[in-house]
Amino acid sequence: MRTSTSSRLLAATALVAALGLTLAACGGGGDDDSKGSGGGGKSGDSLSGQTITYWASNQGTSIDADKKTLAAETAKFTQQTGIKVKVEVIGWADLLNRILAAATSGQGPDVLNIGNTWSASLQATGALMPWDDAAFQTIGGKDRFAPAAIASAGAAGQDPAAVPLYSMAYGLYYNKKMFADAGIANPPTTWDELVTDATKLTKDGKYGLAVEGANGAENIHHVFVLAKQRGANWFDDQGKPTFTGPQQVAAVKQYVDFIAKDKVAAKGDAEYDQNQTITDFATGKAAMMMWQSAAPAIKSHGMTQDQYGVVPVPTLTAGATGDAGVTSMVAGINIAIFKDTSHKEAAEAFVKFMTSTDEQKALNGTYGSIPPVVEAQSDPAFQTPDLKVLASVLQKSAAPLPQVAHESEFENLVGPAVKSLFADAAAGKAVTDDSVKAALTKAQQQMPQ
Amino acid sequence: MSRFSEQPSPMAQPKSFLWTRRIVLTLLLAFVLIPVYVMASSSLKSLQDVQGSFEWIPHSLTVKPYVDIWKTIPLAHYFVNSLIVCLSATAFSVVLATFAAYAVSRYRFLGRKVFTVTVLSTQMFPGILFLLPLYLIFVNIGNSTGITLNGSRLGLIITYLTFSLPFSIWMLAGYFDSIPHDLDEAAKVDGCGPIGALFRVVVPAAVPGIVAVSVYAFMTAWGEVLFASVMTNQSTRTLAVGLREYATQNDVYWNQVMAASIVVSVPVVAGFLLLQRYLVAGLTAGAVK
Amino acid sequence: MTATAPARRVPEAGPDSGKPAAGGRLRPRFIERIRRGGLPYLLLLPAVIAELLIHIVPMFFGILISFKNLTLFYIHHWNSAPWAGFDNYKTAVKIHQPIGQELLHSFWVTLSYTLLSVGASWLLGIAAAILLQDKFRGRGLIRTVFLVPYALPAYAALITWTFMFQQDTGLVNHVLHDQLHITSDKSFWLIGQNSFWSMVIVSVWKSWPFAFLALMAGLQNVPRELYEAAAMDGAGVWQQIRKITLPALRPVNQVIVLVLFLWTFNDFNTPFVMFGQNPPRQADLISIHIYQSSFINWNFGSGSAMSVLLLLFLLVVTAIYLLVTSRGRSESDV
Repeated sequence: MRTSTSSRLLAATALVAALGLTLAACGGGGDDDSKGSGGGGKSGDSLSGQTITYWASNQGTSIDADKKTLAAETAKFTQQTGIKVKVEVIGWADLLNRILAAATSGQGPDVLNIGNTWSASLQATGALMPWDDAAFQTIGGKDRFAPAAIASAGAAGQDPAAVPLYSMAYGLYYNKKMFADAGIANPPTTWDELVTDATKLTKDGKYGLAVEGANGAENIHHVFVLAKQRGANWFDDQGKPTFTGPQQVAAVKQYVDFIAKDKVAAKGDAEYDQNQTITDFATGKAAMMMWQSAAPAIKSHGMTQDQYGVVPVPTLTAGATGDAGVTSMVAGINIAIFKDTSHKEAAEAFVKFMTSTDEQKALNGTYGSIPPVVEAQSDPAFQTPDLKVLASVLQKSAAPLPQVAHESEFENLVGPAVKSLFADAAAGKAVTDDSVKAALTKAQQQMPQ
Repeated sequence: MSRFSEQPSPMAQPKSFLWTRRIVLTLLLAFVLIPVYVMASSSLKSLQDVQGSFEWIPHSLTVKPYVDIWKTIPLAHYFVNSLIVCLSATAFSVVLATFAAYAVSRYRFLGRKVFTVTVLSTQMFPGILFLLPLYLIFVNIGNSTGITLNGSRLGLIITYLTFSLPFSIWMLAGYFDSIPHDLDEAAKVDGCGPIGALFRVVVPAAVPGIVAVSVYAFMTAWGEVLFASVMTNQSTRTLAVGLREYATQNDVYWNQVMAASIVVSVPVVAGFLLLQRYLVAGLTAGAVK
Repeated sequence: MTATAPARRVPEAGPDSGKPAAGGRLRPRFIERIRRGGLPYLLLLPAVIAELLIHIVPMFFGILISFKNLTLFYIHHWNSAPWAGFDNYKTAVKIHQPIGQELLHSFWVTLSYTLLSVGASWLLGIAAAILLQDKFRGRGLIRTVFLVPYALPAYAALITWTFMFQQDTGLVNHVLHDQLHITSDKSFWLIGQNSFWSMVIVSVWKSWPFAFLALMAGLQNVPRELYEAAAMDGAGVWQQIRKITLPALRPVNQVIVLVLFLWTFNDFNTPFVMFGQNPPRQADLISIHIYQSSFINWNFGSGSAMSVLLLLFLLVVTAIYLLVTSRGRSESDV
């Protein structure tokens, strides 16, 4: 190319392009027959000796810690059944990509964890084994699980694409000492109270509230609840997006106003997307935060359980019920079986093990989450004050995020839209009903029709 | 340093030039070194200190991050993976490039131009265009031949070697062009075949170019994130992806991130700087004539 | 070290202008025969296979996908995804519809990013190369230091910069706000408009050493006599730079500007490591924009169509660039 034969370059380019088009026309090629995930699939009669692969999500303080936890638990399973489990803990940054690639190629794990908000989207791909009643029978029946958790395992009216594994709910965490110092007797129960209290608490470089402004998923979880409290959903019954209604606009605005108008959260929060919120709360930089099952994380920062309290997230009016009383999304992790698995029975046996009452107690205990298996909830490990609050939230005032196929686009469009409104607020730009509506309108127009 | 041909200006430099030189070079040094300093100093701070406001001079130093990095994530394992993948990719890339460059430099054959232009134009492919297709192809090859490419180091090696191949061929062809043809003709007359001439005459004479190309190929592979994030698994994960794991559910261990960055950078930077003289020499004769 | 001698000999050997090997002299017959027998093709074969496997075939595959409606409903049976004709392309180029609008926006962001980054990298590179041309104390050390950003693994550098740009705890605000009191408030560098500039700064930091290295190498080829002749004519240092150094570097410039342009335009690492998979709109580079359309929104058809458009754009730009620069070159220094 060091000679100046540009015309030949162009010719070659054209040739390449032309070649591309012809080949594209006859391209393709099937991989439908591509079956199964690694490891020699033994024929079904004896499960013992089979090896299954399990992709776990990162639930604990680090991937390595998770590996140790799961290695100890799966050893029990191997002892009971003779089935070996190859565990791979995958960070959240990579998990969805890995699942997508696996779904596309048909080559993936036998069992995998999915964020429960992805349930309907992944269900639509057809890559996960549907859990019909017969399948549920193999793990002891659907009734063992909390209904709210089941509702977030797939689209309504279809067999769930996964089984609830860990449940979490949002609560309002507050710093007892900071509240006492400011002379506030009780944590807020309505948003007005929250803003009043937070205003009092915002002084001397400390703030009343911390929010994770640049974290798209967190933004989604909060604006979902805030819209729900106004009786509004982000999708209609046909699964069409309804982002631009006045309630949705009001919900987003209320959330962004914590920085923009109320100024009870630090401007710097607009940049948070790596759980700095927890750090701020645990180190006393912020007096309140709305978070899901944060106990282990708070503890890892050295804040002890008696220093903070947990109550349900506020509502618009005190004691609201129904939609207006929703204070959390149903947060959690589901466990699913990859449809292309050649070890279906072994995989089911593993899911049965993971959702057994004993394992539920052990795993949820370690991760600070709530067992979706009702029977396990009575364990003393889950009777701490904060977990009792969260469990009751999950039972009484939590609603699943919209379980529609295009949920992932919703998160990917509205989450960043809220993030950029936070950025505007932090930069001192006005956030108005109009600017919120414009942002949501643009997000909605990019949704697949 | 005498290897770089010195070009002392024949006339005394005016004051303006000397001052410009002092100022510009000082600013550039600051620009280059500040991040390096931040990396080094933060790696010696406690987590609490890195989460507090920035201090130029740490008020207390700790080597704990350097101890912890090996426990928070399997850093050593990732390091070994990266080394295996990048060194193999580099070796293959250089060998393939040497053959190809020799053909391009020493022979006139039908399709030569098409080859060089096509290969070079792959340099402008957006990686995202062929990430998923490549993944599917790897899976299909695995299914039909039993050779595991997806998720294996081999797959990543093959992928990375092609990333540096186009530019390497181009640079080496340029370098080979500058080696007098009489040399290999003479070797051939002496009874070496063309391949013998390549290895006995051309390659030894082209060491700087080959080193330059190797360094380039290695750096290209060492920093790649996108393909590694989809095409590796726990046992084959490389550093580029693995370092992200210091950001966990609870916390970002900035001090450990910095310490790990130092640990993975030092050998590479040292090797690079040791080889820099070849790099200049290689580039001089190769790509940039 | 044994290799240094031939290396030094190289420039003296003079460039071979691409004439057939041993052009004028009588060429041994066996070479002729081997040539016909296809030895060069054999030599090219491994490289061709690798390129076919990793680049060419997947690219055609990608082009194929761009004509498919490959959304989440079909990814598990991707070969039964319905044909979309040019729908994916139409959606991408409808610049008055939000999807096309955002793609165009991302394109402009990428173009500005690339031009600024390449321009600045080149300027710094040429300045450093010229200033380091003459011998003085510390020259070798400075040159070595300047190469550090290039040698540092990209993600390590990017993470460090991200750390420095933190609003609360970063060095940048510490200097600008706490120490120099230039800004009245701590600015945001990772969200909002500034995120674009942060990204440009980081990109320049990473890529200028490459320009420096290549230009330094290029300067080695400028014949010393030219300077001497100019000096005799009474030209000062600045004039020498303008009249001799810069014109002599034209061929080098042609190459590094193109290479940097392509690398920067396709840059994925910088925004991805700095901002994650949802960068601020102001820093929405096209590679990550396409990544979102394909992997986050699970629409590989549309993502592929966008990549093909990007590829076409780069092909056209490269072709025009080579046409224009080569013509200029042949006029000036045949």
